[in-house]
Amino acid sequence: MSKILIIAEHDGSKLSSATARCVTCARQVPGAAVTVAVFAANPAPVAAAAAALTGVDTVVTITDPKYAHALAAVLAPVIVKLAADYTHVLGASTTFGKDLIPRVAALLGVPQISDLMSVEGPYRFKRPIYAGNAIITVEAAPDRKLVATVRSASFEATAAGGSAPVTALSIEVATPTHTRFVSLSAAASDRPELQSAQRVVSGGRALGSKENFQLIFSLADKLGAAVGASRAAVDAGYAPNELQVGQTGKIIAPELYVAVGISGAIQHLTGIKDARTIVAINKDSEAPIFEVADFGLIGDLFQIVPALEKGLSK
Amino acid sequence: MRKILVGVKRVVDYNVRVRVKPDGSGVATDGVKMSVNPFDEIALEEALRLRERGEASEVVAVSIGPDDAQQQLRTALAMGADRAILIKTDRPVEPLTTAQALLAVLRKENPDLVIVGKQAIDDDAAQTGPMLAALWDRPQATFCSKLEIKGGTAVIVREVDAGLETIEVDLPAVISADLRLNEPRYVKLPDIMKAKKKPLEVIDLAALGVSADGGLKTVLTEAPKPRSKGIIVKDVGELLDALRKKGLVS
Repeated sequence: MSKILIIAEHDGSKLSSATARCVTCARQVPGAAVTVAVFAANPAPVAAAAAALTGVDTVVTITDPKYAHALAAVLAPVIVKLAADYTHVLGASTTFGKDLIPRVAALLGVPQISDLMSVEGPYRFKRPIYAGNAIITVEAAPDRKLVATVRSASFEATAAGGSAPVTALSIEVATPTHTRFVSLSAAASDRPELQSAQRVVSGGRALGSKENFQLIFSLADKLGAAVGASRAAVDAGYAPNELQVGQTGKIIAPELYVAVGISGAIQHLTGIKDARTIVAINKDSEAPIFEVADFGLIGDLFQIVPALEKGLSK
Repeated sequence: MRKILVGVKRVVDYNVRVRVKPDGSGVATDGVKMSVNPFDEIALEEALRLRERGEASEVVAVSIGPDDAQQQLRTALAMGADRAILIKTDRPVEPLTTAQALLAVLRKENPDLVIVGKQAIDDDAAQTGPMLAALWDRPQATFCSKLEIKGGTAVIVREVDAGLETIEVDLPAVISADLRLNEPRYVKLPDIMKAKKKPLEVIDLAALGVSADGGLKTVLTEAPKPRSKGIIVKDVGELLDALRKKGLVS
């Protein structure tokens, strides 16, 4: 039987929705027992959230001040020790998981499958390659531990409604001191989080300046949406890096995605393919974004966006 | 003085629209333009800048792949790497194998810093950097957008989902380069000529004692399901009507 260990992702107080998506993925392995592990300085609030997720069988907590910041070099050795009792180790394919999980896999001496998008069997999965332009089915040997990251956009977050037992564990391992956290600068925002938002409004290079990019924030607020940006807009300094959507940024799957002044480079399209409905606003009728858009509107964004905002008020 | 090792992967050029072979056996690469993985170019550029600032004395480009990967190593030499090493194998290798092979080279080269791209744009795995750091038992700094060397340590700004994280690591360490670390230089013709004379060593993967079989099997390659074709609306009113009809806006 598959015993799946999911490494919880959190900011010290809140469990990431990416972890709830991992649970959904893990549950698709037939008959699997699912454990969520919370490493933190104070795991209680995160563990409570994990225990409340439907589909979680057990939650384990490992408490230590050294887990206050998620450093892969610090976490990997203790995860390897914990993993001894499990057949699978999963983490979200976020910057947290992409940093940590390969380090765990290498210490275990097993290959990793990145970005699981569907479960075909306990050791058989589909994943995208070439920015999603091809999908491969990959098989791993069942006699070795299966280590993988889960593509968040491919799985819905499991709902609350569970009540799994929480067990505190104590695991002794030597912790490296060669890697030290210094600081995290995160823009405080009241807007929905990009990765889990139901609606996203993204702006591209055509916005032309950081000041003009306010149009995107304004429309997003009207819609109760998160804000995203194309790589070109981030490179140009119109929007911060954490808003980048695409192959090398965030891969998202909102109900509604509104692309404003984004031409639709293949790297960007990779990040939005799973959006339920895509709206594209662009003055170039030849822009590739229109090939994937459900609704396209050709014209000047500086007229359309304010008009759209006004129309939404009615 | 410091030695920097840079990973360079031969990949299908980022401008090529890849096609899945009809028999599901893989992606068509015959006659397709191949290039240095763009993130590895950024990694190399950073190493070259460190050398130009006097923070390093030697930059060694390492690739793993078929004989043809020498072309990408020549590009790396033309950009400014001092020498190159090809770990030769005709089989496609997984990141764990790449990390094991790079480790074997590290043991001989003893670099102070290894810089690789954060991911390759073919398999999009994003594993080699952290796997190598793990096997080497050294620090890793993935998604690096700013790098500063201070004596025996490096201070790295990382592009993470929450924003920008700064960490400090002791050297030697493995760094994976993100997009905004730098903008790689263009190669000039005289440099291409000069690169032909730079040393390029070829080592067989088997000679490093590393198996080419990483343990995963790709059983099928398919094209993704296309999105159904949408419609062009004529104005904001029509767009709002369409969105309201689907219940997407109120």
